[in-house]
Amino acid sequence: MTTVLEPQKLTAADFKGKVDPDWCAGCGDFGVLSSLQKVLAEMNIQPHNVITISGIGCSSNLPGFINTYGMHTLHGRALAVATGVKMANHDLHVVVTGGDGDGFGIGGNHFIHTMRRNVDLLYIAMDNQIYGLTTGQTSPTSLKGMRTKSMPYGNVEEPINPIALALTAGATFIARGFSAEPKHLMDLIKQGLEHKGFSFIDVFSPCVTYNHDNTYAWFRERVKKLEDDSSYDPSDWHEAMKRALIWGDEIPIGKFFERTDLPSLHEAEPILDAGGPLAYRELRIASHVVQNLIAELM
Amino acid sequence: MDRTFAVAIGGAAGQGVATPGDIFAKIFVRRGLHVNAYNAYQSIIRGGHTFLTIRAGVEEVKCFGDRIDLLIPLNQDSMDRHSGLMKSGSAVVYNSDTIKPGALHDGVQPCPLPVNQLSKVSRNKVAQNTLALAASLKMIGVGFEPLAEILTEQFMRKGAKVVTENLDIARIGYEYAATNFQAFASPLSMTDLQYAVLSGNIALAMGGAAAGVRFYCAYPMSPSTGVLHWMAAHARDAGIMVRQVEDEIGVINMAIGAAHAGVRAMCATSGGGFALMTEGLGMSAMMETPVVVIDVQRAGPSTGVPTKTEQGDLWQMLGAGFGDFPRLIAAPTDILDCFKLVPEMHNLADRFQCPGIILSDLLLSEGRSSVDPKKLTFDVEINRGEMITSAGPNNAETVYNRYQITKSGISPRAIPGVPGHTHTASTDEHDENGVLISDEFTNPVRRRAMMEKRQRKVAGIEAAVQPPLLNGTSGAAVTLIGWGSTDGVIREAVEILNEEGISTNHLQIRWLVPLNGEAIVNILKSSKYSIIVENNYSGQFARYLRSETSYVPNGYIRKYDGEPFMPHHIVDAVKEQLAGTTQLSVPKHEIMV
Repeated sequence: MTTVLEPQKLTAADFKGKVDPDWCAGCGDFGVLSSLQKVLAEMNIQPHNVITISGIGCSSNLPGFINTYGMHTLHGRALAVATGVKMANHDLHVVVTGGDGDGFGIGGNHFIHTMRRNVDLLYIAMDNQIYGLTTGQTSPTSLKGMRTKSMPYGNVEEPINPIALALTAGATFIARGFSAEPKHLMDLIKQGLEHKGFSFIDVFSPCVTYNHDNTYAWFRERVKKLEDDSSYDPSDWHEAMKRALIWGDEIPIGKFFERTDLPSLHEAEPILDAGGPLAYRELRIASHVVQNLIAELM
Repeated sequence: MDRTFAVAIGGAAGQGVATPGDIFAKIFVRRGLHVNAYNAYQSIIRGGHTFLTIRAGVEEVKCFGDRIDLLIPLNQDSMDRHSGLMKSGSAVVYNSDTIKPGALHDGVQPCPLPVNQLSKVSRNKVAQNTLALAASLKMIGVGFEPLAEILTEQFMRKGAKVVTENLDIARIGYEYAATNFQAFASPLSMTDLQYAVLSGNIALAMGGAAAGVRFYCAYPMSPSTGVLHWMAAHARDAGIMVRQVEDEIGVINMAIGAAHAGVRAMCATSGGGFALMTEGLGMSAMMETPVVVIDVQRAGPSTGVPTKTEQGDLWQMLGAGFGDFPRLIAAPTDILDCFKLVPEMHNLADRFQCPGIILSDLLLSEGRSSVDPKKLTFDVEINRGEMITSAGPNNAETVYNRYQITKSGISPRAIPGVPGHTHTASTDEHDENGVLISDEFTNPVRRRAMMEKRQRKVAGIEAAVQPPLLNGTSGAAVTLIGWGSTDGVIREAVEILNEEGISTNHLQIRWLVPLNGEAIVNILKSSKYSIIVENNYSGQFARYLRSETSYVPNGYIRKYDGEPFMPHHIVDAVKEQLAGTTQLSVPKHEIMV
């Protein structure tokens, strides 16, 4: 006898991974993981229709802690891998997670080009401005002057500005969150998942072990939600760039920018117009096409 | 007796060497002749020296040969470089308005074409080329019709007027040759067959299409770019997604991502790009996601000589990626084999869920040869191995372990999207269920079990590949051993040696990993004087064979000047070694290209 089951309403528990996170107590990444799990449940996306892809680093361990399909790839390469996954099966919801060193340092080239291509995925960077898993070295977002094991006399380099970089590289959804503001972060994640195109959320995710400069308290004093400014229009690129450059006593968080008029990469690629995901297509090429391929050589 | 005919066209890059070359090749194959063509060129867009050799014959033409029968120098430089190497019975067709004949040996026929006077159409920039082409075809004994047909196809897009203008010039050249030049004594015969003519790169790309590749990505790099060009041009007809990526690191990672999601994915590069891919190769092995990478070797190290050939990447392929993992490496032996090897490699990579490497080189990839179109069959075996692409009725009930420990080492691979099979594939060491055993759960017992699981696939891989076969009879005085692209030239050298009374046989290696070393040593046991022939400095294959089998040959023939072997290089080297002069021959490339 066949029993037809009503589609069950999912809960965050359905997205609990095979093992619990091994992050340090108090790590900002906990807030990101639970926000992501709650939003996926709330949006009722089945775990098997999601693939979470990361590089290497503390935050990149996330795919092991969530029940979706997952790929824990090489340091810096998650976005390249994710592009391949999305092109092969554009029905999947692709979520890429990682840290600032992984995404903006070693993976910087892929970061720029994946935004330029407007690949339809959600990229969450857990930005703690430090290399944690290698026990505390300067990262591309470490502030000038910050002392680390690799720059004991203080960082002399300017940090990267991920929001401004994303704006110039052509990302079509750009936001910044704070892992200690879970409701706000969940709202950004939801919008990012719903956005058709490249969604980037840079999340302040404090490292309680190695970054003693940019702490929860440091951020709490400074972050200010763009959503609280009713005059702010996230469709205005120039205004978004102005806000992106604000850094100091006040640091804006929230949705900086979104445009919905551009096709994502798989929408722009005509061979995906019809026939469903490549992964499920017939492998043989039609015989009349084969005949033409050979006739060209005669 | 060598029953082939070779035409060579020399000129500066940008002077239009390729077009008459293509026309010669097409005319030959349409007349049922086999061809083999090799273009010696430089990394320059305009200028320099380009030298294209097209050799045709009724029987299969194995390489571009030793001899040029007809030389068409398009500038003085080409005349000066090559005229002295022309032998009695050959001819040189040239524009006498701009080029002075070189010092030709006795019996070489100079064929000056007064181009300005003949063409009368000074605006036509290719008049010189068309006149020379038509005059040559007359001398070879090819009727005017095949040329008219091809010129019409060639210029149709530019309108009827351009077609007529070029046909007129061609007819003038054809008739001028009839009255002023002596035709070749034994012109090429003709058969009723029709062949396709293609480069190794096109063959590799078409092999991918036949294998069911649905995702191809690359970063442009000579001499592998031809694969990208064919894929890009035919992507929409063949239903293949083709992407040009920001660098080769992105290329292999993107290909692995696509493969992980369930498609057959492939990419191609040359040695430098492959160097960037090596970390990705290890990821394919660790995640057990198959990917096929083509490396088209060029002369290295570093940027090296981008437009010259070498077999210098073998050790890079053997050692690419850190740690131990199963891999597949094969080197196609001719252009048709480029086509056939790709589906074979995909089947094995899929079955054993590991990276597969195809090792081509500039000689094969940019060389061209005729192929019987019936042999370009797309009806190839496709075996995707143990894959789970949909949820079975009971699958949801059981626990799915992506990296289940099995006797064969192969664990059924569920692709993302299948209900009830969620798991994480990780580059960290992991347990059967995908959970990391690299940090919190480090466990030497589990690590050993997972390592052994992956490595158990090696036994299956070894059983899946046939050992090589000896060409010729055993007990010959000389055994030549080569690998990959040198098959044709060695076969021709073997024929010449046998004709000259030096009994020679030949073993060509196609599969490098697995090597089938025991079978190779068994074959070589009965050889009297064995010589390993390879296109590199240090004898990479010789060193590999010794490391795997302890086998040491009697002699070596190596060439590392950027140009491929010609048959006489091998023949002369064998004689030199039999005379006891040396055990290591390094033939000199006489043609300055």
